[in-house]
Amino acid sequence: MFWQKNIETLPREQLEKLQLLRLKATVKRVYAKVPYYKKLFRAKKTAPKEIKTLEDITKLPFTTRDDLQKNYPDGLLSVTKDKLVRLHTSSGTTGKPKAVFFTEKDIATAANNMARCLTMTGVTKSDVLQNMMSYGLFTGGLMMHYGAEKIGALVIPAAIGNTDRQLLLMQDFGTTSIHLTPSYALYLAAIFEKKGRAFRKKLKLKRAYMGAEPYTEETKNKIESILKLKVYNSYGLTEMNGPGVAFECGFQAGMHLWEDSYLMEIVDPKTDRPLPDGQTGELILTTLTREGMPIIRYRTRDLTAIIPEKCKCGRTHRRIMRIKGRADDMFILRGVNIYPQQIERVLMSVAHVEKNYQIYLEDNDKMTVKVEITKKLFDGNLEHLKKLQFDLTEKLRAEIMVRPSVELVEPGTLPVSEGKAKRVFDNRKIY
Amino acid sequence: MHVKQVSIFLENKKGRLLDALKALAKAKINIRALSVADTADYGILRMIVSDVPRAKAALESAGFTVKETEVIAIAVSDQPGGLAKILEVLNNAGLNVEYVYAFAEKHENDAIVVLRTENIELGIKTLTNAKVKILEPKKVYSI
Ligand SMILES: [Zn+2]
Repeated sequence: MFWQKNIETLPREQLEKLQLLRLKATVKRVYAKVPYYKKLFRAKKTAPKEIKTLEDITKLPFTTRDDLQKNYPDGLLSVTKDKLVRLHTSSGTTGKPKAVFFTEKDIATAANNMARCLTMTGVTKSDVLQNMMSYGLFTGGLMMHYGAEKIGALVIPAAIGNTDRQLLLMQDFGTTSIHLTPSYALYLAAIFEKKGRAFRKKLKLKRAYMGAEPYTEETKNKIESILKLKVYNSYGLTEMNGPGVAFECGFQAGMHLWEDSYLMEIVDPKTDRPLPDGQTGELILTTLTREGMPIIRYRTRDLTAIIPEKCKCGRTHRRIMRIKGRADDMFILRGVNIYPQQIERVLMSVAHVEKNYQIYLEDNDKMTVKVEITKKLFDGNLEHLKKLQFDLTEKLRAEIMVRPSVELVEPGTLPVSEGKAKRVFDNRKIY
Repeated sequence: MHVKQVSIFLENKKGRLLDALKALAKAKINIRALSVADTADYGILRMIVSDVPRAKAALESAGFTVKETEVIAIAVSDQPGGLAKILEVLNNAGLNVEYVYAFAEKHENDAIVVLRTENIELGIKTLTNAKVKILEPKKVYSI
């Protein structure tokens, strides 16, 4: 199902023409109206007239999280304040928040993209969407709300919490789609299990959208099997309007990114060089239609790859892979970019090890993965442990092209750093 | 007839075996039989103890990964070839023996041997049919 078939299936050539037109306009706009961008452009010895093709985007400066924070609260506006109708913020773990402003048209575009996403997963005006996300400074709640309303679906703005009432709403109003955080979904799953099959039979749930926190495939599978619905992966960030930047279609093989709204690039996070489709790197996004606060080459720090093949659904907007991790966590071994999440995925698939591991890098590019032997993994059989070690080594080699040595260690022996667990210990003296 | 054995995962690090034994001593648990199976980096310590639940709790609170597994304890007449005959019975029945180890103490002039077959039920059945003396768990824990 399409929300805007013409634009969603626009032939690549025309889509790229449209992108170039919009890119040129955006670049002109920020250069003329945002002093900070003018400064960045000049520092890179570039100007709007340099942009003649889409590839010329590499001549433009990046915008980082730091740039947004430096310009808090309203340093990157390209319209006068009376044109703005909304602001959202995204709080960083450190320092100042980032503020993002929207004109009426910006909100309409974001809602329209969201409507495309929802339609793509089967939502129609007969659907009932229970929005169990926080409504507030966070973009997730409101943008989903606007998108579903645009389609004509019935939206229940349930917001977060009060599980009894959530269940009652689902039951009384025939909720078909839910939008929630993965941790709340897991909580609901536990309650569904307690309530039993008869309770689930009373509900009309078909699909769930999970946002605001990353989740593993295992979590997704668990939620799908217990809640008995389909979970569609999505990608979004406040800086780029929140949810609905990229979304899975019915074929669920990567997320279509709306290329008429965003120009995407993948670059090597260490060298900043552009990478071809299919290769994993940092996702860089440029807004193509935003009025209030256009952003040029935003470094999302999210790692993914563009899927070059056409999707069976007929949409021409290219897909990106599920986010594979944060660029900040990446390390290089024997010239290969590796990120901890790759290792985590293998550990999950082989042994359901999720967090109990550490990676040590030593000179001569030696890599050791230490895996804690938890109760789940230990059945008292030595052969099983040896097999686990062997399987982990082989699967890791296949994934990262480097053969690590896998060590099995007792739980609690891995050093724990304060707060966020440290995964990678790089003890190499020579790079 | 299923005797409970306590297995713990041990890194081959100085003092870990001692730590485990100390934890049991502190909880006043007697070790009836013990065996270590290891690779270069890690191993499994297997024990028959006087009180399985308390041993498990003591080891877990000392930070060890503990697993209870079921084994068979048999009495073997203390003469040459006694154990070999029994293992042959299992072998002839196509049952793979994962490991075997012995108690330090004798019981009524018999040697006590702990063994684990892939399929415990089938192991017990085969041994019973061959008239091998299988010991009751209660007896085993208090030997
Ligand atoms: Zn598709």
